[in-house]
Amino acid sequence: MNLKKKRRLGESIVQGFLFLSGVLSIFITIGIIFELGTESMLFFTRVQWERSNRLITQEIEPGLTEFEVSESGETLREGDLIRLRNEEMRIIEVQSGRLYVERGARDTEQVFHSEGTAIEKATQVTFLEFFGKTDWNPQIGRFGIWALVNSTLMTSLFAIAVAFPVGLSVAIFLSEYASPRFRSVLKPILEVLAGIPTVVYGYFALTFMTPLLRLIFGNNVVEIYNTASAGIVIGILIIPMVSSMSEDALSAVPNSLREAAYGLGATKFETALQVVLPAGFSGVAAAFIVATSRAIGETMIVAIAAGAGSNFTFNPFKAAETMTGHIVRISGGDLSYNSLDYNSLFAIGLMLFFMTLALNIFSQRIVKKFREVYQ
Amino acid sequence: MSAVPDIEISRTTEAEVDHFAEAEILSKRHAVGKIWRVVFASSTLVGIIALTALLLNIINSAFGYVAFENTIQPEQLAISGVSIEEMSREDLVIVLGNHVSQGLMRRFEDEMPWEERTREDVYDLVQERVVKPTTVAQWSLYQSLFKVDEIRQEIAEKYRGADVIFKSWITVDFITSPQSSNALIAGVRTAILGSLWTILIAISFSFPIGVGAAIYLQEYAKDNFINRIIQTNLNNLAGVPSIIYGILGLALFVRTLNQFTSGAVFGYADPMTANGRTILSAGLTLGLLILPLIIINAQEAIKAVPNSLREASYGMGATRWQTVWNHVLPSALPGILTGTILAISRAIGETAPLVVVGASTFITFDPTGPFSKFTTLPIQIYQWTSRPQDVFRNIAAGAIIVLLVMLLSMNAFAVLLRNRYSRRI
Repeated sequence: MNLKKKRRLGESIVQGFLFLSGVLSIFITIGIIFELGTESMLFFTRVQWERSNRLITQEIEPGLTEFEVSESGETLREGDLIRLRNEEMRIIEVQSGRLYVERGARDTEQVFHSEGTAIEKATQVTFLEFFGKTDWNPQIGRFGIWALVNSTLMTSLFAIAVAFPVGLSVAIFLSEYASPRFRSVLKPILEVLAGIPTVVYGYFALTFMTPLLRLIFGNNVVEIYNTASAGIVIGILIIPMVSSMSEDALSAVPNSLREAAYGLGATKFETALQVVLPAGFSGVAAAFIVATSRAIGETMIVAIAAGAGSNFTFNPFKAAETMTGHIVRISGGDLSYNSLDYNSLFAIGLMLFFMTLALNIFSQRIVKKFREVYQ
Repeated sequence: MSAVPDIEISRTTEAEVDHFAEAEILSKRHAVGKIWRVVFASSTLVGIIALTALLLNIINSAFGYVAFENTIQPEQLAISGVSIEEMSREDLVIVLGNHVSQGLMRRFEDEMPWEERTREDVYDLVQERVVKPTTVAQWSLYQSLFKVDEIRQEIAEKYRGADVIFKSWITVDFITSPQSSNALIAGVRTAILGSLWTILIAISFSFPIGVGAAIYLQEYAKDNFINRIIQTNLNNLAGVPSIIYGILGLALFVRTLNQFTSGAVFGYADPMTANGRTILSAGLTLGLLILPLIIINAQEAIKAVPNSLREASYGMGATRWQTVWNHVLPSALPGILTGTILAISRAIGETAPLVVVGASTFITFDPTGPFSKFTTLPIQIYQWTSRPQDVFRNIAAGAIIVLLVMLLSMNAFAVLLRNRYSRRI
C-alpha cells in the first residue's frame, strides 16, 4: 500500500487562493501607503506659477541667454525657475536688472518673446511651509496644514471630553453595578447607537446640537457651523465604543479581586475605583486611544456641521474646517488630476493615516505591555 | 489644679471620639459611594437620552404642515372635465406639450421615448414641469401638533393663497420616485438602487476573499513572521479612517484602473461615465473597506468551531481542505454570515469614501449596471442636509428614516440568525 501523501492539484489551487486572500490585506496597506506617498511627493515637487510683477524690457530671440528686466517686483534669485509664456528658463546669474539664463529649461521650446512679456516665477510647497504655517488657502497658494490640524484637534478634544467620562462611567456602571437584566436592555441600546451611520449624526449635529448651543450661548456667539457642536456629537458617537471596550476590560477582572477588596472592608465604589479600574487599566486605556483615533478620522459629522473653509482659531463656536472635512469638500467637486488640490488631498490623507496608525499601534502596545494577567 | 479630672475626661472622650469618627468616616464613605453610583447611573442615561433626542429630532422633521403654491392649479389642466389624476398617458403627454417648450419635449423624448414611459412617469413630469408646486413654508411635527393656532395665524398673514396640508415626508411615493430638484416631488429610488448596487459589488468582492483569508489564517497559517504580520496588519487596517479608503479608491479604481471601472475594457463606452466614477469603483472601494471586518468576524466564527470536529474528520482520513469544506465551514457559517451582515450594514451607512470616489450630485435615472454613475442613500442625505433651504432638511429626515429602517432590519436579521443557529454547535 502506498502511504505517501498524494498530490492533489485542486487542493493546491484552493490553498493558493486562500493564501492570496490572506496576503491581499497586506497589499491594501502597501497600496494605501504607496498611493498616499507618491501623490504627496508630487504635492511637494509640483511647480506652481506665480506672477512676479516683472517684465522683460527688450525683445528676446531664441538662443539669447541674457536680457534686461524691469526693476520692481518680486526678487529673482540664482537657480530660480521662471516662465515667459510657455517657455521655462533657469536663472544662472542676476545682475541688477539683467538676467543670465538657461533657455528652454525642462524641455520647453525656445521661442521669440516681445518686449513687455510678463515673467512668472515658479514656487513649490515646501515642508517648512506645510508644517510651519497656519493658513490653508489653496486658491492663493497657502498650504499651512496647522489650520486643518488645529480644528481636527479641537473637535477631537470636545469628543474626548464628552466620551471619556461618560463612556467610562457607563462601563463601570455596567460591569460593577447593573443587574444582568438592566445590562441586557442597555447594551443593545448602545449597539444601536454605535450602528447609526455617521451622516445621521451629522444631521443631528446641524439640526439639534447647533440650535441647542445657540439657545444656550446666544446666536451672536455661536455660528451656524462650529467645531463645538461637531465635537460634542462625535463624542456621542464614540461613547458606545469607549463603554463597550472598557466594559470588556473591567468584566475581565477576576471576581477574586473584588471579593478580596470587600473582605478588607472596601465599599463598592472604592472597589470599583481602586481595585477593578487599575486592574483593567490597559483595556480602558486602549479603548480611549482607539476612540481618539476614531474621533480624529471622523468625517461626515465635521463635513456637515463644522463648516467649510479653513480657519485657524481656538474659538470652538466658530466655523473651522478639519482635515477630513476639507478632503470631502474639495473632492466633492470635479477635481483635475493634475492640480495641486488633488495632490494636497493625499498629503492630508497621509498625515491623517499616520496620526491614526500611530494611535492604533500605541493602543496595541499598551494592551501588551500593561496587561495584568490573572490566573 | 483641675489637671487630674481633665485627663480623665479626655481619656473617655478620646475613645468615644475615635469610635464616632470611624462611624462618621464609614458613613461618609458610603455616602460618597452612593453619590458616585448616581453619577454612573445617570451617565448611562446620557446614552439613552442621546438616542432618544436623535430619533425624536428626525421624526420631528419628517412630518408636519407644509404650505405650498402651484404655478398652475391642477384644476386648470383638466381636459373636458377629466382631471390630470384620471388622465391616460397620451392625454398627459398632450397636457405636457401644451405647457413646456418644444425643445424640452424633444429632450424628454431623447431620454426615453413616450411609448416606453409609464403613466406615472409622465404624471410626475407634469407635476414637476407644469404644476410646479413650490414650498413656501414648513413646520415641524411639534409645531404642527401643539401650535396649530400660531401656524394658522402665520398662514393667514403671510401665505394667503397657498395650499396647506399635513405632510408626511416619508411616503410610498417618496421611496418610488427618482431624485428631483423640487423637494415636494423628490424621492430616493435612485439612491436606494445605487446603494443596493454598490453593496452587491462590495459583497461579491469581499465575501469570498474575506472568508478565504480567514480560513487561511485560522486553518492553514503557521505561526511565522509573515502570518503574524498579516494578523497585525489586519487589526491596523480595521482602524484606518474610512476616508483614507476613499482616497485609495480615487487613486486606484477611478484613476489608475479607469479603463476597467468605466467599462471601456468590456466595450462599454458611455462618455458620461468614462471618468471611472462608477458604481463599480464605489463598490470595490466599499469592498476594501469592509474586508478587514469580514476577515476578523469570520476568524472569530471559525475559531469557535470545536477542535474535536476537525480531529474526527482527520481521523476518518479526510484531507485538510475536505475537513474545512465539509465540517468547519458549515459549522462556522452562521457566525460568518452574522459578521458579514454587520459589515454590510457598516457599508450601507458609509458616506465619506463614496463622496471622495466621486458620487454624482444629481442623477434622476436608475443605475443600469456597474458602469453607471452613482449616488447612494447616505450621500443623498448628505447633499440634502447641506442645502441651504430648510425644506431639504425635511426630506433628508425622510431619507434618514428609510436608511435607519434598512439598517435596523438588517441588524435584527443578524441577531435572529445568531440566536437561531448559535445553539446547534
